[in-house]
Amino acid sequence: MFGDYSISDLGAILAMQGFAGLILFSVYVLMALGLAIIFGQMGVINMAHGEFMILGAYVTWMTSNAVQHVAPWLFPGYFFIAMILAFIASGALGMLVEWALIRHLYKRPLDTLLATWGLSLILQQAYRSIFGAREVGVELPEWMMGSWQATDSIQIPINGMFVMALTMLITIVVAYVLFWSSWGKQVRAVVQNRVMAGAVGINTEKVDRYTFGLGCGIAGIAGSAFTMIGSTGPTAGQLYIVDTFLVVVFGGAASLFGTIASAFSISQTQSTLEFFLSGSMAKVITLLTIVAILMVRPQGLFALNVRK
Amino acid sequence: MVINSRFFNRSELLGFLALAVLLLLILPLSLDIFRLNLVAKYLTYAFVGIGLVLCWGYGGILSLGQGVFFGLGGYCMAMYLKLEASSVANTKIQSTPGIPDFMDWNQITQLPLFWKPFHSFPVTLLAILLVPAFFALIIGAAMFKRRVGGVYFAIITQAIAAILTILIVGQQGYTGGINGITDLRTLHGWDIRTDHAKFILYFVEVVLLFGCIVAAQFIRLTKLGRILVAMREQEDRVRFSGYSVANFKIFAFCAAAVFAAIGGAMFTLEVGFMSPSFVGIVPSIEMVIYTAVGGRMSIFGAVWGALLVNFAKTSLSESFPQLWLFGLGALFIAVVLAFPNGLAGVWADHIQPRIDRLLASRRSKSAGLVADGAPAE
Repeated sequence: MFGDYSISDLGAILAMQGFAGLILFSVYVLMALGLAIIFGQMGVINMAHGEFMILGAYVTWMTSNAVQHVAPWLFPGYFFIAMILAFIASGALGMLVEWALIRHLYKRPLDTLLATWGLSLILQQAYRSIFGAREVGVELPEWMMGSWQATDSIQIPINGMFVMALTMLITIVVAYVLFWSSWGKQVRAVVQNRVMAGAVGINTEKVDRYTFGLGCGIAGIAGSAFTMIGSTGPTAGQLYIVDTFLVVVFGGAASLFGTIASAFSISQTQSTLEFFLSGSMAKVITLLTIVAILMVRPQGLFALNVRK
Repeated sequence: MVINSRFFNRSELLGFLALAVLLLLILPLSLDIFRLNLVAKYLTYAFVGIGLVLCWGYGGILSLGQGVFFGLGGYCMAMYLKLEASSVANTKIQSTPGIPDFMDWNQITQLPLFWKPFHSFPVTLLAILLVPAFFALIIGAAMFKRRVGGVYFAIITQAIAAILTILIVGQQGYTGGINGITDLRTLHGWDIRTDHAKFILYFVEVVLLFGCIVAAQFIRLTKLGRILVAMREQEDRVRFSGYSVANFKIFAFCAAAVFAAIGGAMFTLEVGFMSPSFVGIVPSIEMVIYTAVGGRMSIFGAVWGALLVNFAKTSLSESFPQLWLFGLGALFIAVVLAFPNGLAGVWADHIQPRIDRLLASRRSKSAGLVADGAPAE
């Protein structure tokens, strides 16, 4: 397995694979954050979450094209505009979906799964009809390309570092919003006891709608970040949805910290294994390990002890 | 008929007969062999649907991994057929004659150990039933004993479907990879590719399907079925009454797995190949949808659901390929929002009462005629 690599080579490989894992970790965290809010806080299984992410990716792609044609001087910074637009687009669609579909199904969590799966099919076909079946990629601004030479054998791509910084920022913002803002307190109150929260004057329907919108909006940002490291197709969202659900469940559904910890362990395991085994076997072993651990510890890594 | 009339109530008996007339008389007489083969393909999903009615409708356990069992059944059958098709005489151009062609392409020179039992037909038939049941037993025992259920169970079964697909695609030399196991020719020396064979296989399948319907009805009507329903409604009460909830759930899950596996094995025979695209997440969810459309509480509903949704899929995707996914998506949402009990629910709530009323009014009219006529005598 370790063959003819020298110790320093192995170190460099571990560092670079570790870094590749960190990029995967960032995408997982961004996707899982939105899902953890929706699934963990509201108990809704949103199978269309990947499609909300892809919406963000397409918005980014459109912004990049528009900026290139209309205002080329903006191009180096277009990414920040695109992210805000992606957040707004996905969040608005999320709130619409909550109003039209999800709010009728809060008492039937398994049915939200089927209905949102239907929604994901519709969205996929819509993307295919509007943007075409071919994958699209955005053009990165100059400063994001290339890589940073840490030592002579370790190279770290700049766009990867950017995605990681972005992830950290968004995680902090989400944590702040959920745990320190008054709106976040309302969200947590509704989660813990919907009836009591309503009785003390919280507009639970409004909180639900904005929570769902926030989760979807974060998915949009995830999609925006995703365009920097891969290309976007109509069905790309589906590839990540199961992984993301596993990340959330493995972390313990209601725990934000658990989500981050599980995203970290899963992505690191997978990318380290990927170097030594084929990609598919690495994934199989990672997923099997998660499922096995979940069978022993169904509540996930970090479970809140809430009486239900 | 005495046993039958207790086993099926009147409307169920009518449903059974209507289905039998349709599948055994009308369809074989009116469709050409190509369309009949398509119907046979649709019906393989009806097996999965019947299993899902027991496990999801009655037991409340939503499995998003039925494709795993469908696939296991299908692959067991395909492995037997493939071994028969790759006899030494058929494969003498390969560098290693006598092993399946895709193994030869992947530089495998010896038949892997887990393929060896599939040389024998009886062992294959047993494996089709036992391998999925055993698999379901392990999954079920691990999850239900720890009281994992509902949403978590759905997600984990979905993950298992994903794992199995990735494994099959990745281990190309042992499983045929993304193309699956193709070029299947004979079943125990009998060519399955001819029109005549397809015709016979259709009838074999329909008979098996009715066997499964009767078995499911039997499970539903015994005390077991009642406990499943009780568990779905008030799991803790059933537990406190001294029943082992986990064991009943495991049984329902295993039964669903076996039904799905029979469907999968028939699928391989009807269609002539098996590939990972019938194992993964998407087909697994589609199978749930057939059941939801037909009615998750109705065994016949599941059969109708599989037939109608697939029929719509074929005809829509033949003429409007773009519209099909919109239609399917809208169907999911409509069924979940407006008709949680599917077609069977619509039938029971809206059509059945009207028929009953019509019959009743006719009966009272004829009774009235007799009453009117009576004094005249």
